[in-house]
Amino acid sequence: MNAALGWIQLALFLGLVLLITKPLGLYLVQVLDSRGRTWLDPLLGPIERLTYRLCGVDPHREQSWKGYTVSMLIFSLFTMLVTYTLLRLQGMLPLNPQGFSSVADHLAFNTAASFTTNTNWQSYSGESTMSYLSQMVALASQNFFSAAVGIAIAAALVRGIARHSAQTIGNFWTDLVRTIYYLLLPICVVFAVFLISQGMIQNFKGYDAAALTEKETVQVPKTDASGAQVKDAKGNTVMVSQVVDTQTIPEGPMASQVAIKMLGTNGGGFTNANAAHPFENPTPFSNLIQLLSIFAIPSALTYYLGRMVKSSGHGWSVWAAMAILFVGAFLVCWHYEAAGNPILTQLGVDPADGNMEGKEVRFGVFNSALFATVTTDASCGAVNSMHDSFTPLGGLIPLFNIELGEVVFGGVGAGLYGMLVFVIVAVFIAGLMVGRTPEYLGKKIQSFEVKMSMLVLLVLAMDILGFTAWASVSDWGKAGLNNNGPHGFSEMLYAYSSVTGNNGSAFAGLTASTYWYDTTLAIGMLIGRFLMIIPIMAIAGSLAAKKLVPAGPGSFPVSGGTFTFLLIGTVLLVGALNFLPALTLGPVVEHFLMWSGKLF
Amino acid sequence: MNILKEIKTSAVVTLILLAICCGLYPVVVWGAGQLLFPQKANGSLVLDDAGKPIASTLLGQAFTADKYFSPRPSAAGTGYDSTSSAGSNYGATSQALHDAVQQRVADYRKANGLSDSQPVPADAVEASGSGLDPHISLKNAALQLPRVAKARNLSEDDLKKLVDLYTDGRDFGILGEPGVNVVKLNLALDGKYK
Repeated sequence: MNAALGWIQLALFLGLVLLITKPLGLYLVQVLDSRGRTWLDPLLGPIERLTYRLCGVDPHREQSWKGYTVSMLIFSLFTMLVTYTLLRLQGMLPLNPQGFSSVADHLAFNTAASFTTNTNWQSYSGESTMSYLSQMVALASQNFFSAAVGIAIAAALVRGIARHSAQTIGNFWTDLVRTIYYLLLPICVVFAVFLISQGMIQNFKGYDAAALTEKETVQVPKTDASGAQVKDAKGNTVMVSQVVDTQTIPEGPMASQVAIKMLGTNGGGFTNANAAHPFENPTPFSNLIQLLSIFAIPSALTYYLGRMVKSSGHGWSVWAAMAILFVGAFLVCWHYEAAGNPILTQLGVDPADGNMEGKEVRFGVFNSALFATVTTDASCGAVNSMHDSFTPLGGLIPLFNIELGEVVFGGVGAGLYGMLVFVIVAVFIAGLMVGRTPEYLGKKIQSFEVKMSMLVLLVLAMDILGFTAWASVSDWGKAGLNNNGPHGFSEMLYAYSSVTGNNGSAFAGLTASTYWYDTTLAIGMLIGRFLMIIPIMAIAGSLAAKKLVPAGPGSFPVSGGTFTFLLIGTVLLVGALNFLPALTLGPVVEHFLMWSGKLF
Repeated sequence: MNILKEIKTSAVVTLILLAICCGLYPVVVWGAGQLLFPQKANGSLVLDDAGKPIASTLLGQAFTADKYFSPRPSAAGTGYDSTSSAGSNYGATSQALHDAVQQRVADYRKANGLSDSQPVPADAVEASGSGLDPHISLKNAALQLPRVAKARNLSEDDLKKLVDLYTDGRDFGILGEPGVNVVKLNLALDGKYK
């Protein structure tokens, strides 16, 4: 490990994010305008117009916030049903060279909810459950759709802020189609080919069988004719020796799916190990570009915001708040992962190496901590190391990032609209402090907007804490744990935080593919997505209809250092008030127990 | 607002987008990949003389004999099972993790003739994230080198050259951490990978 190289990589990464923010933001302005012009028009324009004609949509006819929301909900519900149906019928459908059977009902419901809500929580193991058709159509389609829906909602909210005395906030269908055609697809094609150049697979052949150089004898549970495990008289599982002489090498159309999984901050892995898998993230270079692709669109959306409200200072102030929260959290995570686990140091493990349990050599501690921070700042949820095996405080960072609402750059669209809720709360607090009616970009923030914002924040806290509390007093909850003691509680807290935040990463030791977990987690995801979007759309509609008040000397400026500082403070304060008690019971107490050498 | 019309629009849009995003797009990427990087797009396979696969250079395998460099501990299935990639997911205060590492440290020191006070590289005794990590750290490889050299009757200098050959450095000298690809290295030692 080399700290200096770490700092250089951090600077390089943040520099690259900064570099693409403006050009991609300017591109977004064109994409999210039904009359926008891009250099891809000659190629994609005809396809776009044909699409509108086939579905009978007038691309320039705008909708009210209610019409926009209804279109979005119906589209999401419809595509969720398509995904669910495809998974349930997997066994009968083509492109299934491994002959995987159909997906069980609770798992299919969980997975369909998971991909529709941009969560991509994985209760299943990709390489042993999903056929190529399921990966490519049932799941990858939602990677595009849910990402585009997120961006569309953000665009609608920004329009609501930018307009005044207006009844409409855009056309959902136009935003959906243009985002996919002009933004997601072109970047994905280039990105996917780059990933193949680094070693990622993209094929349609069956799994390969490699004859092992050294045969291996392993102990496996003995099973009877029906496939059930045989127990001896004492109830212990009977083990038998088995010679392993081949390694089954998974194949499939991975690169096309991983590109959109990262760019759309979906995060659902082609394989169980996600971006830790050598096929799914072959080199440190592929790792850097994958990281960049998570932050690219969320970061550019801040510039889009500034451009649309004609105050690029406001966009950059929001960006700065995000960047500061990102760097701060990352440094904590890096520090604790590099410090390693004192219990293992005592056993003779070299403390200079840091905590390598659940991490890959090619990424090491630095890139694992960076990926964990980025994937949870955004609502991506792809992982290149196992968060469950992080040190207690190293693992607290991804957990806390999710609980802040994933507003640090955040998911595509979701990050910006989440952060704008905090902006409204921040402006409200500032108004209270100076005793004036709060204003935001020339509009009065009144009780309706504040109530809707609080609704979003309350849904976040109650969805996470309510379900965690239920699971931790239920037998089905405790049955799924992989770790005892406070870390077991952290596994449950992480799971419900992850699904509510539509993140999808996990303390993956938790066995969640059970009836109760699958179902409660899926409900958590749907609440976390749609019960947040609806109040946000209501804010968009309300703001769009407001009249403009000219800025006066008493108006609170929403650009500059004071605003950035106030915004950071609001995010941290709300997060801390909601979640510190739960975090204390999990990672914090585990940290002190680890240093006193206590094992569970 | 007409709900039925919205449903019809959803259905048609979904069909069109499915055809493009899930049909055209992966096939275009597949074509480009097969044309430009066929070896990588098909799993970076190592073939034997008969053309049958014996490994992927990206996926670790279990090697236990003294004459091979040992890979990292693996939690994938029964070990390096590439149909069930996974980490151990043990937390820092896990008794199971403690016991496993304790055993691995003792085994590692014994196999490589190390003293009881010699710190053991973390990657040698802590399981990887995927369970399929093909790399070990340079420090880990250096500690195993005398054992492998002895088992193969090779001079340590010659073996060191081979280790260096199969070391993947930092990308652009900056990104990531260097590691020795044990799959390539062990197969090369047997003359199966060039």
